[in-house]
Amino acid sequence: MSTVTTVVIPTRSPMRRLWYAAPVLMVLLVLPWVADQYQTILLAYGLAMAIAALGFNLLLGYTGLLSFGHSAYFGVGAYAVALMVKYLGVTSMELHLLGAIVASVLVTAIFGVACVRYTRIFFGILTMALSQVLWSLAFKFFWVTGGTDGLRVPTPTLLGVVTGKGDKIAFLAHAYYYYVLAVFLVCVAVMWVIVNSPFGRALQAIRDNETRAQFIGIPIWRYRWVAFMLSGVFTGVAGALWVPLNGLTTPDILHWTFSGKIVFMAVLGGFRTFVGPIVGAVVYNYLESYAVGYTVYWQLFLGVILVVLVLSLPTGIVGTAERLMARRRAPR
Amino acid sequence: MDIVLIHVFNALLYASVLFLIAGGLSLIYGVMRIVNLAHGNLYAFGAYVSAWIIGYLSTSVAVGEAGSGAPTWVLLALLPAGAIAAAAAGALLEPTLLRPFYKRAEEYQLLVTFGLLMIIDDVIRFLWGPYPLSASVVFENFGSVTVGDTLYPTYNFLVIGVGALAAIFLWAFIYRTRFGVVLRATSQDMRMAAALGVNVNRVYVQAFTLGCFMAGLGGAIIVPSQSAVLGMGVDALILSFIVVVIGGLGSLEGALLGALIVGIVREAGITWFPEVELAVLYLMAAAVLLVRPAGLFGRA
Amino acid sequence: MSVLLETKAVVKQFGEFRAVDRVDFRVQEGEVLALIGSNGAGKTTLVNLISGLLTADEGRILFRGQDVTKQPVKERIRAGIARSFQLVNLFDQLSALDNVALAIFSRQGKTRRLLTLADADRPVWAEATEVLSLFRLDAKARTLAGGLSQGERKLLDVAIAYALKPRLLFLDEPTSGVGTREKAPIMDTIVSIVRSEGISAAIIEHDMDVVFSYSDRIVAMHQGTILADGTPDQIRRDERVLTTLIGTPEPPR
Repeated sequence: MSTVTTVVIPTRSPMRRLWYAAPVLMVLLVLPWVADQYQTILLAYGLAMAIAALGFNLLLGYTGLLSFGHSAYFGVGAYAVALMVKYLGVTSMELHLLGAIVASVLVTAIFGVACVRYTRIFFGILTMALSQVLWSLAFKFFWVTGGTDGLRVPTPTLLGVVTGKGDKIAFLAHAYYYYVLAVFLVCVAVMWVIVNSPFGRALQAIRDNETRAQFIGIPIWRYRWVAFMLSGVFTGVAGALWVPLNGLTTPDILHWTFSGKIVFMAVLGGFRTFVGPIVGAVVYNYLESYAVGYTVYWQLFLGVILVVLVLSLPTGIVGTAERLMARRRAPR
Repeated sequence: MDIVLIHVFNALLYASVLFLIAGGLSLIYGVMRIVNLAHGNLYAFGAYVSAWIIGYLSTSVAVGEAGSGAPTWVLLALLPAGAIAAAAAGALLEPTLLRPFYKRAEEYQLLVTFGLLMIIDDVIRFLWGPYPLSASVVFENFGSVTVGDTLYPTYNFLVIGVGALAAIFLWAFIYRTRFGVVLRATSQDMRMAAALGVNVNRVYVQAFTLGCFMAGLGGAIIVPSQSAVLGMGVDALILSFIVVVIGGLGSLEGALLGALIVGIVREAGITWFPEVELAVLYLMAAAVLLVRPAGLFGRA
Repeated sequence: MSVLLETKAVVKQFGEFRAVDRVDFRVQEGEVLALIGSNGAGKTTLVNLISGLLTADEGRILFRGQDVTKQPVKERIRAGIARSFQLVNLFDQLSALDNVALAIFSRQGKTRRLLTLADADRPVWAEATEVLSLFRLDAKARTLAGGLSQGERKLLDVAIAYALKPRLLFLDEPTSGVGTREKAPIMDTIVSIVRSEGISAAIIEHDMDVVFSYSDRIVAMHQGTILADGTPDQIRRDERVLTTLIGTPEPPR
């Protein structure tokens, strides 16, 4: 039996949470008008990664499965968009998102069948291995994927009307930012419903006690597989949103080290909470953009922080904040 | 006929190195029930350390003279330095970074070893830069031997020999020495062993060090024939994973058999289907996972 | 009384060791049965076979006339077999109420739903609260299962199984690890619920006081086979039982 020393505060009124969401939402909505273009685009990156981290955490925080291969689904989403542009000439963002979803469902369905029969270690390494397979395929089939150079992706058309022709930066910092924000909010809402649904509870049961879950009649493999697919689809959507910001997609997002970033984000924010991964992704995004400028050894930096986090602050930013607030509310 | 022999030797070569790495991983898991995700990077660390020492010593004398630098036998003697360095790293890491996690949920253990993987990756990059490090001097100095119509590097036989010796030595160590008995007892029932007076902490650190030594040795002996490159650690991790999937995690016989199978399949794959070599291995691993999840010799 | 569950010559072997050796075991409708025997006698293995955790090597298991020998756990639960565990098995990070509610959601096939809010399903929560108060755990409804006392955890384990609305309930040592003073209230609660709803129960127990106080029938196992099968009075006088089990059973107070 695992002996995790975290305090899970059962909140029965999700409405209570909404009061601190409101000011944050305000800031997110007005940002392009008050901050410069660089900051806005940076946050857009952060929001896209937050969707990936949110998807990842459905598996880790709620189902108890630690995947080191989420880079695969992010990459599948990104490459799906790039290939749609290259071979089908499609520029509609909505179609891109659809393509990314379809592609991630296919890939996660197949990978999931192999992975979810195993837990913990085997699951982790298997997911890592599968991501590496995709990475090496991206190199081998370079005439399709552009190899190391990757594939360029032009700015998409939003809702059939808004295009990036003309000032690309202005497009990204305004129209595209709002688009990403909208998709982000939709993803957060959908994920929130999923984790608070009977299915979400069943996943938590499987996480806590697989045998007991089995003995109340829950089909373990099947539910894990569904969670795996949902998780991958969210991450694929994130990849699709990320590509226009980056301008191109390259094989490194399929490499396991990219998975490491996603894992890190969830742990940094606190993987046993709902908002933790979101916070972790945004914070990490800022950390990386400022640190990458300083050092090429960002992996070392990440690794050390990860180890320190796991040793002393396992509940991450949000988890620790919750604990501190609970202690203040109930003084001994 | 000689071509077949060459392929056999290549397969054995690959299997020897894989056995060392996967065997180390399996040993650690068998005794301590942890999987060190950074294990592959300890193999890489061993390779880099050895390559560095060889490289340094073989050019320390004036360049330009044929066969300059320290004599081959010295280089050979120093080759295991990589193994020792990896073992030392292991001895340092286990009590500091791993021990706090034995009582905690397995996710944390995976997370910390994953962090370690990233750290070691960059430490290697920091110490030795992004370019490959070669120790080919040793490899070349061994010359080659005629097998039928072709020449085959003699050094490879050394690697195969080390692999075989390691297997024998380990078997003897685990089944014929007192430490081996303690090791097996602790791996079967840690609490019982502790109740009988075994210093479990000490056994753990010793087992971990031994496992790391094996990984480092794998890196050290292979580096003369192929350079040390960034990323070799994770490739090795994934390959040793395939080995233990086939052979069963926690079993040395399994690691040996798995390594042999993987070596043969890879050699066959490279010869006939070079494009999909890696895919064949993964397919094989997937097949084994589906049919016999515990591996051929594994304990579930 | 008709037969609810029957095993016919069921066998389970682990290597050389026959944990369950051609056992013919019966549970009748509406009865409370105690399954006794020393450690290693095969009681838990038998329950594992019937509940589906293990598959029988030989023999058949019939439940309400249907052959369930090869059925997966999920099917057996749907047919009406539920169990609690010797080493308490709960969802520690979820509250007691959540634990029971989950069983109800599962029973009603609602766990498939991922786009509705679990909290919004009032009937389920109402039922879960009822079950908890039946088991006298309503005060601890919002406490995380990991934070309950051992006795409460044992009761919750049974409550979860009960929430599946089974016809046959297997209880694996429901009072083990619980203080002597708590045993009677726990057993009283469980047995009165079970009897009032006509659920058949098979209880693995080591505590002979409990066994003789609450059961209609006792089945004694030894080394993988059934040694004796009868009413408490019959068993109390059975030579074989007296000699193989540790100590002589005391008459109930």
